[in-house]
Amino acid sequence: MKARIPLLLSVLRAPDLTAGLSAAEWDLLIRQARRAMLLAKLAVLLEPRLQSIPAGPRHHLSAARLTARRQTKLMHWEVAQIHRALATTGVTPILLKGAAYLMADLPASQGRLFGDVDILVPKVHIQAVEAALIAHGWGFDPNLDDYDRRYYREWMHEIPPMGHEQRGSTLDVHHTILPPTARIAVNAAALFEGTRPLASQPGVRVLDPCAMFLHSAAHLFHEGELEKGLRDLFDLDALLRDFGRDPVFWRDLLPRARRLGLTRPLFYALRYTGHFLATPVPDDVRAAVQAEARPAAPLRVLMDFCYSRALLPDHDSCNARLTPLARALLYVRSHWLRMPTGLLLRHLLRKTWMRVTQAQRQSLAGATAAAEPEQR
Amino acid sequence: MKVGDLSMSALRSRLAQGDLTLRVPPFVARLQSNIERVARDLHLLYADFELGSPDDFADFHLEVLLERGLRRWVKPMARFFADGEAAFSPLPAEQAFHMVEWGLNWAVSTMAHPYLSYHAAALEQGGRALMMPAPPGSGKSTLSAALAHRGWRLLSDEIALYDLERRQMTGMGRPVNLKNTSIPLIQAFAPQAQLTKPVPDTLKGTLALMKAPGESVARIREPARPAWIVTPRYQAGAEPTLSPLPKARMLLLLAEQSFNYDLHGRDGFEATAGLVDPCECFEFIYSSLDAAVLCIQQMADSTP
Repeated sequence: MKARIPLLLSVLRAPDLTAGLSAAEWDLLIRQARRAMLLAKLAVLLEPRLQSIPAGPRHHLSAARLTARRQTKLMHWEVAQIHRALATTGVTPILLKGAAYLMADLPASQGRLFGDVDILVPKVHIQAVEAALIAHGWGFDPNLDDYDRRYYREWMHEIPPMGHEQRGSTLDVHHTILPPTARIAVNAAALFEGTRPLASQPGVRVLDPCAMFLHSAAHLFHEGELEKGLRDLFDLDALLRDFGRDPVFWRDLLPRARRLGLTRPLFYALRYTGHFLATPVPDDVRAAVQAEARPAAPLRVLMDFCYSRALLPDHDSCNARLTPLARALLYVRSHWLRMPTGLLLRHLLRKTWMRVTQAQRQSLAGATAAAEPEQR
Repeated sequence: MKVGDLSMSALRSRLAQGDLTLRVPPFVARLQSNIERVARDLHLLYADFELGSPDDFADFHLEVLLERGLRRWVKPMARFFADGEAAFSPLPAEQAFHMVEWGLNWAVSTMAHPYLSYHAAALEQGGRALMMPAPPGSGKSTLSAALAHRGWRLLSDEIALYDLERRQMTGMGRPVNLKNTSIPLIQAFAPQAQLTKPVPDTLKGTLALMKAPGESVARIREPARPAWIVTPRYQAGAEPTLSPLPKARMLLLLAEQSFNYDLHGRDGFEATAGLVDPCECFEFIYSSLDAAVLCIQQMADSTP
């Protein structure tokens, strides 16, 4: 696998490298970190040596810490409000991804910036959940057109994103891992087995460690837009290092993946965390996953080509000549995984059409009535 | 070396390559542009600003570039990028330098967190700072432009920076935004003021930028102790009137006008309270610029 190693990745793997950085290198490092949404994580890693860092970059690292702390506070509040909204429905939401890492107080939440909250509820309760959320101030984007609405309802694993009218926060309500039309047979019901309660917030649960890791892996390796790719990879690394201290985790990982139908994402997760971050995995587990879930050589080569490029930060300094192609292939693949070919073609055509006409409309609008950029 | 020391062709070339490193104390900005208007306005408005090296650490990386394609020749549009990521709607190329200014404002208001930043004008006299928080349309920019030519050193007309640790006010000495009738008003009030060629028909009307008077930039690193907080409001035909405002009210007002107050949490509250407490706080209604400037000076003179 060819991968030009960006400065950010080298430093995150070996923070001591910062001792010898020039001003120009600090400039590049901060820019890459910001683009990859890893500035706060970098700040956490450099915390012990913060005072020895030059003032310029140090201010940005401190600011990122401040932002992460603030978002953590907001996140706790948000989860409490979601619990409150859903209390009367009798449905216990399961937190996913970042919100789960934070509320379960996992190392993966350190230096992480939080945006949306993702929750998982059984599909049969979706309407009750939606109604309760709407009653408590959440709503759908009014600009969502009929096509997009149908796209979510019929073909996706989640309903359209909901925004809170007062707080401005976003909530994604999932009911499965992959949409019903997916080519891969996923056992969503098995996700709800073995969920754990939270000490910090009653009425809300999280997935068990194996399921949490597998879900995050499935999410990353089905994702079409990878601007958070490296961040997500670091999440997986942190989960493995933390959960991996318990031998039971390793014992249960492959069987759980089998049960959920997620052995292929497990393969990719181990492969790419190993490649980029040297994440330690017991040899026997790695071998067993390889034997069971490794794709055929041509596909493997293609995936290596794509992910070795697309998981790097989407920044001019990290994008190689073929990176746009790699990203495009993964974009198409993510849709191909979700829908049958006919549907896929129609969907992509429509999306392209929308993008082209929107660009035209934007240009025209700009020529006549330009908006002043928002300062907040 | 200062921006004004560069030849136009050297400036253009550095801008085109994205090597132009502008020191805007306390920050450093890296700029890139392929638009002629940007080079010319930069040369005028930032003539007194120091240049850095492309190898220096920069806080902000801003690009304002012509939109590609056939549009470039028909009705050229400018596009803003923050380190290569597009943001904001495109604008006609003649507004390109305003885009640079807005871009810098956005960068400072979202990334200047060692400071508490407020949507306010700030000026200095005798080591003391006058702060004027106000929403757009209050006339604070016009008032700042006038005061900057009548014995006050301009810190900023738009973003006031408060150093939490040192408890001092600072600014960047950047150009003042003037619009519509303010433009001829200031030209009459201070004929020596240097303005860019007004750009008509923007969403906000006709816009121009006024260069900060030379001393403002030369002394930009000198902070000032906050002494007065005044919320100005233009009212046609009104006599200049300063009405004392309760400090608690001013604290809330400042919090509302702050870009990063909530980010600093409790420290932000304490610091803003620490900023307001030693200051005299007023609401200010005025119409005539001459009378307003006089009134403000009297206020300053009467403070021990």
